[in-house]
Amino acid sequence: MSSIRFSFDDKIYTGNQGEPMAAALLRNGLLHITNSTYRGRPRGVIGLGVEEPNALVQLVTGTKESMRPATVIELAEGIAARSLTGVGSLPEDTEEARYDKTNRYVDILIIGAGLAGLTAADEALRAGHEVLLIDDQPVPGGHLRQLGQDVPSPLQNTLKHTNLTYLCRCTATGLYDQNYVVAIERRSEHLGNAAPANRTRIRVWHIRADKVVLATGAFQRPLLFANNDRPGIMLSHTAATYVAVYGVKIFNTAVVVTVDNQGYRDALRLHQAGVKVQGVYDARPAANGPGVEATKAAGIPVRFRSTVLDTAANGEGLLQQVTIQDLDTKEIFQTGADLLAVSGGWTPVADLATHIGIKPTWSAAHAAFLVNHATEKLLTTGMLAGDFGGDDDPAMFFGPSLDTEQARSAFIDLQRDSTLYDLQRAVGAGLSSIEHIKRYTTIGTAHDQGKTSGMLTIGALCQLNAATQDGKPGLSPADVGTLSFRPPYVPIPFAALAGRELGPLSDPIRVTALHQWHVAQGAVFEDVGQWKRPWYFPRSGEKMEDAVKRECLAAREAVAVMDASTLGKIDIQGPDAAVFLDRIYTNMFSTLPEGQCRYGLMCKADGIVFDDGVTTRLGKNHFLMTTTTGGAARVLAWLEEWLQTESPELQVYCTSVTEHIATIALVGPKSRQLLQELVTDIDLSKEAFPFMHTREATIDGIPVRIARISFSGELAFEINVTWGYARHIWERVWAIGRAYELTAYGTETMHVLRAEKGYVIVGQDTDGTQTPHDLNMSWIVSKKKEFIGKRSFQLPWLQAAGRQQLVGLLPDNVNDIIPEGAYITALNATPDAFGKIPHIGFVTSAYYSPTLKRSFALALIADGLTRMGEVVSLPIEGKLLSATICDAIFIDKENLRRD
Amino acid sequence: MLYIPCPHCGLRNENEFHYGAEAGVAYPDPNELSDSEWAEYLHIRANPKGWLAERWVHFAGCGKWFNLWRNTVTHEIGPAYLPFTKQPKAPQEGSEK
Repeated sequence: MSSIRFSFDDKIYTGNQGEPMAAALLRNGLLHITNSTYRGRPRGVIGLGVEEPNALVQLVTGTKESMRPATVIELAEGIAARSLTGVGSLPEDTEEARYDKTNRYVDILIIGAGLAGLTAADEALRAGHEVLLIDDQPVPGGHLRQLGQDVPSPLQNTLKHTNLTYLCRCTATGLYDQNYVVAIERRSEHLGNAAPANRTRIRVWHIRADKVVLATGAFQRPLLFANNDRPGIMLSHTAATYVAVYGVKIFNTAVVVTVDNQGYRDALRLHQAGVKVQGVYDARPAANGPGVEATKAAGIPVRFRSTVLDTAANGEGLLQQVTIQDLDTKEIFQTGADLLAVSGGWTPVADLATHIGIKPTWSAAHAAFLVNHATEKLLTTGMLAGDFGGDDDPAMFFGPSLDTEQARSAFIDLQRDSTLYDLQRAVGAGLSSIEHIKRYTTIGTAHDQGKTSGMLTIGALCQLNAATQDGKPGLSPADVGTLSFRPPYVPIPFAALAGRELGPLSDPIRVTALHQWHVAQGAVFEDVGQWKRPWYFPRSGEKMEDAVKRECLAAREAVAVMDASTLGKIDIQGPDAAVFLDRIYTNMFSTLPEGQCRYGLMCKADGIVFDDGVTTRLGKNHFLMTTTTGGAARVLAWLEEWLQTESPELQVYCTSVTEHIATIALVGPKSRQLLQELVTDIDLSKEAFPFMHTREATIDGIPVRIARISFSGELAFEINVTWGYARHIWERVWAIGRAYELTAYGTETMHVLRAEKGYVIVGQDTDGTQTPHDLNMSWIVSKKKEFIGKRSFQLPWLQAAGRQQLVGLLPDNVNDIIPEGAYITALNATPDAFGKIPHIGFVTSAYYSPTLKRSFALALIADGLTRMGEVVSLPIEGKLLSATICDAIFIDKENLRRD
Repeated sequence: MLYIPCPHCGLRNENEFHYGAEAGVAYPDPNELSDSEWAEYLHIRANPKGWLAERWVHFAGCGKWFNLWRNTVTHEIGPAYLPFTKQPKAPQEGSEK
């Protein structure tokens, strides 16, 4: 191992490449690493990996990731971190690192590369399967690493098998239905300064496997006693590993407290590494096994039926004395020690299994909850399944009896500073469910999600409900059950989940064939669904309102052009196409002659308006439907649903052609004259080409379809052309238009023009509760045929008084542009029983009309259609505006302008 | 993330599909129903604890609707079948896990 330098709390230390930061901190004498979140008590390292509740750090170079346990950070040149008290902070600077994700399908996924996982991999490979083996450690072997040993040579070959993919530093964070596993692979942090700039920092794996093998191992658990949180108190396996494998030489005298034979093995390792072990205090009445015998042979005093009751600290808050209690005589004595190594038994890592609803079962012989599962799809093995190696013989013991004062410093959850006293209070308050107690005490809710505290909570609860002399049976862990663990098993940075889908890559951007022209003209764009649409085209020095005013007047008084290509377009063909459209639309389409178009409104079965648009009949069995820009996908889905699930007898085929056909809308009194210069093969006069008709024509030999459709009330033509020709046609229109002062306009002007005519936009002037009648569009509802939604119009609650209906609104002050969404109240309304002024509706669209030279609005108002002329109030930002209800058509009620 | 057997495309991840509630609810003759019966057709669907035949559409794949047995408690997936075909029997409890 090569020596490197790293920084911790702004000081430079040396450590060994690849070892856990916690090991180097301990070797450098840093026992007191941080202070606890709520009580400010000194805390140090207690664990070996992700179970660590105390030693949290925040990285301070590169990606300043927070809440990382120092036990899992691998040292490399350039690593810098600072200690955290409970919570970290989000870095303010932009994330520079890359993150990505990948999908993988595999025959067998094995989670955990300890001996159990490697053995399972060996078997699966021999059976001819493809295997993905993932493990959160930097090297395979699981606890062998903590013993300083290598993987046995037969299993070394397993790792080299061509059908095996082995991923280290890859933590499975969730197991979901049908063997779907999400895992995060940390790919660059361990390289420190040497990490290539283009290497992704974290890769998220989405894995689907025929079979999942859980070989997740176990964590050692602590015990509950007074002042059990001092720096110098560690899990025994942790202490032995740091001392024996990582060369931590800061401990002189150790006390080992145990409930199983693991404590003896760790006592021996400490002893062999030169630490003076004062004694092993075992809660059990007796113990046998090689480790026990070897401990005795090494001259280490062993005392049964005894355990730790309390500890004391020196002036720096570090452990200096341990109080041992005889469990039978209750006699106590003190012994000096700077290390207290605690072995409270093993807690198998059942998190992933519980994610999909498997309940761990209590095994008294193991003093642990196990998951013993073996089906075609899911298998557990190793310690999780109860293979503890045969020599542990643990007792179900979680700590001595404590009085109230001692309970206040007996920490169950070190991260949350939750104590046995808190648990007693929860039980005293009447809580008995472990899930309720978790929420009341916050035990198990920190970043470590109860990896060490969960089983202690269950154990303490059993102690509080122990069997009594008078025969009341005690509570067993089997009665309490485990906490449900939820994904993720370890915290995942949001950056990893976002991957590369950031900023402009977070959603597809759709642009029309004319987009580059709009950009060149300096258009300001707005997002409409995924589309970028020109909002308005400012000339130099123009504000938005100036530009919109100019564009509106050009359309009303001369000629203007807009790119309407984003309209949803669905090509509908088949012998039954007309019948189908009669079902879908509220009005009749089977009677529509070829070459003509008709505005249609569609409802869902509940009678609520869903979408609208103009549909053209191109042939007997051929229609072209247009939808709102944002509604194209859901309308097509709706058509397909009805065709496939309700009307299998109909032969109809629907195809999205939104991006096949570009649409150029030419609007204004001079539009006919302008277009006639371009289109020489058909007569555009109103006699030859009536409103709502279409004609096939050519421009420069390019086939175009021209429709007399108006979304402004003005004389207007829509030129439809194949997407690829759109730019050419537009440029030609623009060139000829110079003589007409042709003006390009955007969506804002389109909105003003359509609102002046009272044309609704579904989704803006409706809120998902309006019938056609509510929109004053009874005229479009056929009485002659069945269609989707018709039956609902008879429902009493859709006919009742008080429904919100679409009306116009003229503010009394002609310059008041009412904010869209503003509430409307009756004039002189009085507060109701709750002291609130009831509102009668809200504003859906509001603009300034350059033609009317005043502001106007559309609104949904209760019984609005019968309230014409009524003055209403609008409370806006502390002022009370007033407006008069009127018809929703503000311009050209007689439809004279469109011809 | 459920693993759903599209009858046309095979096993695909759930995020390629949209859900369509209880299967086998035929569109009634609207004019034969009382207001409350019509409202029930519009808004009420079975949501049992256990196996349920559901409608799904493979919107990000073939675009086809189909029916699928799914256990609403265990999330087990049963057989898929095409609309207007005979419904297979509900699977046995615990057949997957």
